[in-house]
Amino acid sequence: MDIRTNEAPNALHGLRVAVTGGTSGLGRALVREFREREASVAFIARDHVRVARVMREEPGTLGISGDVADKHAIHPIALQLLAWHGGLDVLVNNASSLGPAPLALLADTECEDFERALATNVLGPFRLTRALLGALAASAREGRGSVVLNVSSDAAVTAYTRWGAYGASKAALHQMSRIWDEECRDLRIRFLSIDPGDMDTPLHAAAVPDADRALLRSPGSAAREVVDAIVAALPARMPAASVEVRE
Amino acid sequence: MIAAERAVQRPRGARLLVVDADGRITDAKRSRWLDFLQRGDLVIANDAATLPASLFGTHVRTGQSIEVRLAAWRGVFDVLSRTAEFDALVFGDGDHRTRTEDRPPPPALVPGDTLLLGTLVANVEQVLGHPRLVHLRFDASLARFWRGIAVSGTPIQYAHLRDPLALWDTWTPIAASPVAFEPPSAGFIVDWQALATMRVRGIDFATLTHAAGLSSTGDEGLDRRLPFDEPYRIPPSTAQSIARAQRRCARIIAVGTTVVRALEHAVRKDGVVRGRSALATQRIGARTRLQIVDGIVTGTHEPRSSHYELLRAFASDDVLQRASDALERQHFRTHEFGDSMLLFTDREIRLRGVFPAFPGLRGARRTRAPATMHSPRPQPHMSSRVRMAPAAARRAPPPGCRGSR
Repeated sequence: MDIRTNEAPNALHGLRVAVTGGTSGLGRALVREFREREASVAFIARDHVRVARVMREEPGTLGISGDVADKHAIHPIALQLLAWHGGLDVLVNNASSLGPAPLALLADTECEDFERALATNVLGPFRLTRALLGALAASAREGRGSVVLNVSSDAAVTAYTRWGAYGASKAALHQMSRIWDEECRDLRIRFLSIDPGDMDTPLHAAAVPDADRALLRSPGSAAREVVDAIVAALPARMPAASVEVRE
Repeated sequence: MIAAERAVQRPRGARLLVVDADGRITDAKRSRWLDFLQRGDLVIANDAATLPASLFGTHVRTGQSIEVRLAAWRGVFDVLSRTAEFDALVFGDGDHRTRTEDRPPPPALVPGDTLLLGTLVANVEQVLGHPRLVHLRFDASLARFWRGIAVSGTPIQYAHLRDPLALWDTWTPIAASPVAFEPPSAGFIVDWQALATMRVRGIDFATLTHAAGLSSTGDEGLDRRLPFDEPYRIPPSTAQSIARAQRRCARIIAVGTTVVRALEHAVRKDGVVRGRSALATQRIGARTRLQIVDGIVTGTHEPRSSHYELLRAFASDDVLQRASDALERQHFRTHEFGDSMLLFTDREIRLRGVFPAFPGLRGARRTRAPATMHSPRPQPHMSSRVRMAPAAARRAPPPGCRGSR
């Protein structure tokens, strides 16, 4: 499979993708972008009604209801998407929790809100990546390439007041991405940490309700850049080197 | 042996019994297993993830409680990805805390019976020659089936474990494809640090996917039918790794009995293993001539189990008996989360594989001192006065390997 040399220049035909937080904001746009580029897409989100709606809107995708912040949900999610895809090439850890909404000073942040941000933005991606690492490594060994993209934020590196829970959790995610990337280099699994910028999403609206939406980026535009970055991180595909026989 | 009763995949105290190609037995910490391999060896593991294959529910016609254990796929992987059909064992009321042997039978099952299993509905298509063994078809789209099994299923449980198994307990670190009915537990040994160590030491690593089936049914008659047919997939990249190992006369070490079954099923008469999906139907035992595998990392198995029978392809009954004695004497732990063995193909058996008429070195070997402790990194089989090519090189060896015979 050569994902970069099909008829359409960006065709990702056959690429097996999973996107968390796939029913709103950037995640929703990523599901559309991947599907339009002919990737096979599974997405995960908490609300089963919205999952069903997005599945109807994006035919051919698999929607999985589950909360990545819940450790008991991780393996059931992994099971469903691996069974559906028969493996995995690309994981996008996009689901995010703001922490307290509206935003609050750290000193006013309830511990439970902080825990929720850490569970969704750090532990969830860690657990899901770990559960899927075998599949990602298998994909890399088979020459398909393998990428994990963790959606970061400038709040991971800049100390914005009232963004404490979110910023601290995204900083942890960013650093975790860098360490994963170092540790998995020999496995040929790439880890990317990308800040898509301020987007016109429900999360941003919850954080900054009075923001001027005209100044915000559209999730669709950000999704195109994110997918381009993933494609760039995938290896140039070689033609199938040997024939796989089914009997 | 002692049953391992905690679901810890890599306990600190785990132990390893190493049986080398001369039948010498060494006891080591399992964490040192790579010390017994050498540069150039190829390690192949099974990357199957374990299904939550146990489903509790109701037999609709009688209203009786049942447990269904999915036991076997039908067909190869490209087919099974489109169907939700399985051969399955059905038990009557109760759960894993009752030994499988003591579980009551299910109500009499007939084709057309409906089973309610959590959010799933399954229909009995066939009874397969035993009142507990049926062919089931799930009445759901594939997406709904997988959602149902993810929500309603649990891993098959074991009476000897103290706490119920969660799905994460059963997935090996490298688990990639959810097709196994019980964990390919030999693979618990392969963590990511082990892969990094292999790279540093020049040990090659590859995977295949083999749908490990049930290890026991609780019924003697059914147990005699084990292992059921099991689909497997060998990726082209793994076939290429095997070919490279064969060219350099390297040893091929299987992690688990499932890997042996897949590789020895896949090998062609000319000794070439192709990337393929197929159904392993053969049994491996004392009469099997191994063509690909030179060693196996496996659990500790009781004599007469199907796993133990497979080990008879690697070593003589004499050597296996001494290994079993050592496991008993040294209180090794058994079952899925127990200790491990690393067993290299017996030199004499290898000789018989290359020279079928060769009378063997049986007498010479049996005079050797039994079960003694040795340092790790045993000398590879090439150090013997009879210089032998590994199994990987026997069938399709390059000229250099032929010369070594």
